[in-house]
Amino acid sequence: MKVDRRSFLGLGLGAVAGIAISPVGAKLTDDSSIWTQNWPWTPVPPDGKISYDHSVCSLCPGTCGITVRKIDGRPVKIEGRDTYPVNNGGACLHGIAGLQYLYDPCRVTTPLKKINDRFEPISWKEAIALAAGHLGRIRKNDQAHTLACITDTDQGSVAGLFSHFMTAFGSPNHFVMPTLESWLALTAQTLHGKGYTLGFDLENADFILSFGAGILEGWGSPVACFKANSSRKQRKAKLYQIEHRLSTTAAAADRWIPVTPGTEADLAMAMCGVLLTENLFDSEFAAGFKGGFNRFNAMVQQKYPVEKVAAATGISAADIKKIAIAFARAKMPVAIPGKGRGDGAQSLKEFAAVHTLNCLTGNVNKKGGTFIKPVHDYLAFPDPVLDTAAKDGFGKAKLGASVQEMVTNINQSADPLVTALFVYNANPCYTLNDPSQTRAAFEKIPFVVSFSSFMDETAMASDLILPVSTFLERLEDVPSRAGLANSVVGLTRPVLDPVFDTRSAGDTVIQLAKTLGGDMARSFAWNNYRACLEDVAAGVWEDLSGNGYALLAEGPPTDSVETSFAFLSDNPQTIYPQGDYALTLVPIDNMRLPGTVPAASPFAIKTVSDRVLKGKDVCVEINPDTANGLTDGGFATLTTPTGSARVRVNFNEGIMPGVIGMVKGLGHTFDNKYVAGKGVNIHELISPVIEPGSGLDAACGTTAAISKA
Amino acid sequence: MSELENKTEHGSVDGATEGAAEDPKNDTGLGLGVIFFIVAFLICFLSGWLLFPKLLYSKHEQPFNFDHALHVQETGDCESCHFLRDDGTFSGIPKMASCLDCHTDEPMGETRDEAIFASEYVAKEREVPWYVYAKQPDCVFFSHAAHIEAAGMDCVTCHGHIGESTTSRPYEENRLTGYSRDIWGKNIWGIKKNSWDRMKMDDCAVCHKEETGHQGYCFQCHK
Repeated sequence: MKVDRRSFLGLGLGAVAGIAISPVGAKLTDDSSIWTQNWPWTPVPPDGKISYDHSVCSLCPGTCGITVRKIDGRPVKIEGRDTYPVNNGGACLHGIAGLQYLYDPCRVTTPLKKINDRFEPISWKEAIALAAGHLGRIRKNDQAHTLACITDTDQGSVAGLFSHFMTAFGSPNHFVMPTLESWLALTAQTLHGKGYTLGFDLENADFILSFGAGILEGWGSPVACFKANSSRKQRKAKLYQIEHRLSTTAAAADRWIPVTPGTEADLAMAMCGVLLTENLFDSEFAAGFKGGFNRFNAMVQQKYPVEKVAAATGISAADIKKIAIAFARAKMPVAIPGKGRGDGAQSLKEFAAVHTLNCLTGNVNKKGGTFIKPVHDYLAFPDPVLDTAAKDGFGKAKLGASVQEMVTNINQSADPLVTALFVYNANPCYTLNDPSQTRAAFEKIPFVVSFSSFMDETAMASDLILPVSTFLERLEDVPSRAGLANSVVGLTRPVLDPVFDTRSAGDTVIQLAKTLGGDMARSFAWNNYRACLEDVAAGVWEDLSGNGYALLAEGPPTDSVETSFAFLSDNPQTIYPQGDYALTLVPIDNMRLPGTVPAASPFAIKTVSDRVLKGKDVCVEINPDTANGLTDGGFATLTTPTGSARVRVNFNEGIMPGVIGMVKGLGHTFDNKYVAGKGVNIHELISPVIEPGSGLDAACGTTAAISKA
Repeated sequence: MSELENKTEHGSVDGATEGAAEDPKNDTGLGLGVIFFIVAFLICFLSGWLLFPKLLYSKHEQPFNFDHALHVQETGDCESCHFLRDDGTFSGIPKMASCLDCHTDEPMGETRDEAIFASEYVAKEREVPWYVYAKQPDCVFFSHAAHIEAAGMDCVTCHGHIGESTTSRPYEENRLTGYSRDIWGKNIWGIKKNSWDRMKMDDCAVCHKEETGHQGYCFQCHK
C-alpha cells in the first residue's frame, strides 16, 4: 500500500467530518461571538447594594447639591440633587466627572517635604512638627506678621479657620484669590458699605443686560445660570450680551452687541448718563442715594458723552441710547458684571458702573432684580486668645490689597516681607497674570506650605505639602457665593473614606495650632474639625446635618441700603489693554475648561472642541479680516509685551476684527498626561495692572501681534 | 521518435501509468485513503465530544463546601439569604454581613468547611469569594423582581434544585468567554431537558414567548 495524495485527502476529509458532527464548531462560533462582545480585559465594576448620599459639590463656587450613587459603599456616579435650592437636580460636566478627581494621577497621596528640589514622603506627625517648628521660630523672633496666607475664599468655616489661625498667630496678611464673589462683595462694599454682597435674580428678571458675563460659560453658579437661561424663552425675558466675541452666551442671547475689549466700563458709564439725561432713573430709590450723586451725574455727562464712548466702544451712539432706554423701561431689568466667569482680573470700576445701572433703575431688592444682600453670618467663631506676639503682629500693615499686590511687594522689597506662606485651595502660580512673578515671589519665601489635593503649579513651588482630601472625602460647610439670589449654605459630606493619606484642611489647621501650643492651642480648643464645625455653625447645624443644607435667606432682602457714588464720582481710571501692539489678546472662558482649582478632569478635557485645542496645540480665535498672511489651522507666533507662544490659528468670523481670543485653563505644567502639557497658559502672556481704587489686577487683556510661524 | 511525437501519439507516459493505477481491481491508494479517513474521523469526533469540553472549561473549587440543604432547613426558605432589597434590586450571593446575622467567628458546626469559614473569613473580616454559577455577563440587565414578584416564578425554574444540594460542585469557567458553564449548560451541544439546564438568551426568549406572547426586545435586557 502506498501513501499518496488520496490518503491525505482521506485524512483531511475524515478530520473535517469528525469535527463537523462534534460540538466544536457550533460551540466555538457561539463563544467567539460572545468573546468579541465582552472583551475580557474590559473592567466590569462589581455589583452590590445601591445607596445614595447627598452632598454638595465644591469644585467651583457654584455649590450645587449632588447625589452620589454608591454600590456597596463605593461611589460610582454623581448626579444633581433634586430640589436643592441652587441647582434643583441639574449638574455640570465637571460635577458629574467629580469621581475622576479621587483617582487623579496628580493627587498628593501623603504629606511631602521638598528636599533638594525633590519631594519626599513624610508622615503626618513629621509634617505637622516641621510646620510647627518653622512657625514657632517665626513667632519667637517677633516676626508673626511675616506669615501670609492665601485662600480661595473668605467664606465658610475652613477659610474661617485659616483666618482664625492668622489672627491668633498675629498676622494681618490673609489674602483671598480674586473670584466673582470677591468682586461682587467689593462692589457692594464700595457702593453700599461693608458687610454686603450682590445677588442677581436671573430666574425672574425680564431683561438681562450682560456685560460679557458668560452665563453659559461658567459665570456665577453655572447650573443655576443654565436653568435661568433655559426658562428665559418661556418667560419672554430678553438677554443682551455685550461682548467682543460671539460666545455661547452671545449666541443664545436675543442680541449680541460686540464691544471693543476694555471699554465695557465706559459703556456702562455712558448708559448711566443716558438714564440720567432721559430722566429714566427711579426717583424713589434715588432718595437713598448719598455721597456724590450730583457729582456723579455731572461727571458722567462731562466725561462719558455717548458720542465719545461710541467711538471707543465701537457701538453707535444711537444703539447705546436705545439699549440703555430699553433696559430702563423693562419691568425687571438686571445688569450683570464680570466678564467670562467673572473671576481673576476684572475691574472694580466696571463692576461698580454696571451695578450703578441696576441702582438707577431702582430694580434693587425686588423680585427679578439685583439683591444687595448681607454677607452670610451663620458662623460664630469665638474670639481668639491673643498673646503679645499676636497683638503686635496683627497690628502691622497688610502687604497689599490683593495677592497680586503682595507678590509685587515681595518682589520689589530687598527685605524678606514674608517668611512663611500658607496656600489653601488656590493655584496663584498658574492663575495670576504673569505667574512668573508669583513664582519668583515664592522663591523668596523660605517656607511655603501648600494645602492642596493635587500636585499643581503652586504645590510644586512649595516646600511642604499637607494634602487635603477631595470634596468627596471631607466634611465642610459650603456657602453659596456666586451671585445667587438666594443665600444657601450646604454641607459637603464624605461619601467615602479618604482614598489616600489625606486630611481635611480644617483638621490640619487645628492640629497645627495645637502643636504650636500656648495661646495658639487655646484658640483652637476643638478636638477636630467636625467638633469645630458643629460649634461655630451651631445655629444652622440641625438643618445642615439633617437636610444637607440651610436656607439662610430667600427672596429679596428687606434691608434698606444706601448707595454711595463717591468712588465713581472720582472717575477712576479705566484700565485698557497695555502695550503698543496693534491687536488685543483677550482670555476666553470655556465651560469645559476650569480656570482655577482643580484643573480639568480627563473627561472634561476630552470634551473640548478641536477648534479650541487641537492635539497639544491651543487654537486662538481671530477674525479672517485681521488674519493677514495667516491660514486657518496653521501655526502662528503670538507675541505680547509679556511673552510669546506658538499657537494654531482658528478663523472665526464671530470675533471682532483686531481681537485675538485664547482660552483659559490650558498650559498646565504638572505631571498629568491627561490634562497637562496641552496648549498655553494665557496668563503667561499678560502682565498684571493694578487698578487704582481696588488694588486688584484689572488686566483682562493685553495688546498683541500675531505672525505666521 | 521525438518526445513530442510520443506525447502526440500516445498521450502522456505518466498519464498512461495513472490510468493503470485507477483500475478498480488494483486500487490500493483508495483503500488507504478510506483508512485515513476513518482514523481522522474517529480522532476528531471523539476529541470534539470528549476532549474539547475538558479543554474549553477550567474547573475551580469553591472556597469551601456549602450545604444549601442544611441552610434551607435552618432558615426555612431561599429568601432569607437571597432576597430582594427595598429598592427592588436583588442581593444575589449574601455578603458576610448577612452571614453574621446567624454566624460568629466561632464555628456553629463541626465540619471542616465551617472551621474554614469561621477562621479564614469571619475572623479576618473578609468576604467569601464565591464563584457564582448563574452569573450573567455585564451586558445583560436582569431583574429578579420582575420575574419573582411580577411573574410569580419560583427559584427552581431557572436555578434548579440547588437548594437541596449538600455539597458545592466545582465551578466551570469557559476559558474563552469567562462565562460560567451553567449559562451554556452542562450538555456540550446545549441540549436541555429541564428549564434550569441552560440560561442563554434563547432560553429567555422561549419562555417570554410562551408567557407573554412575544420574545421581547433587545433593549429590555441589553441596556
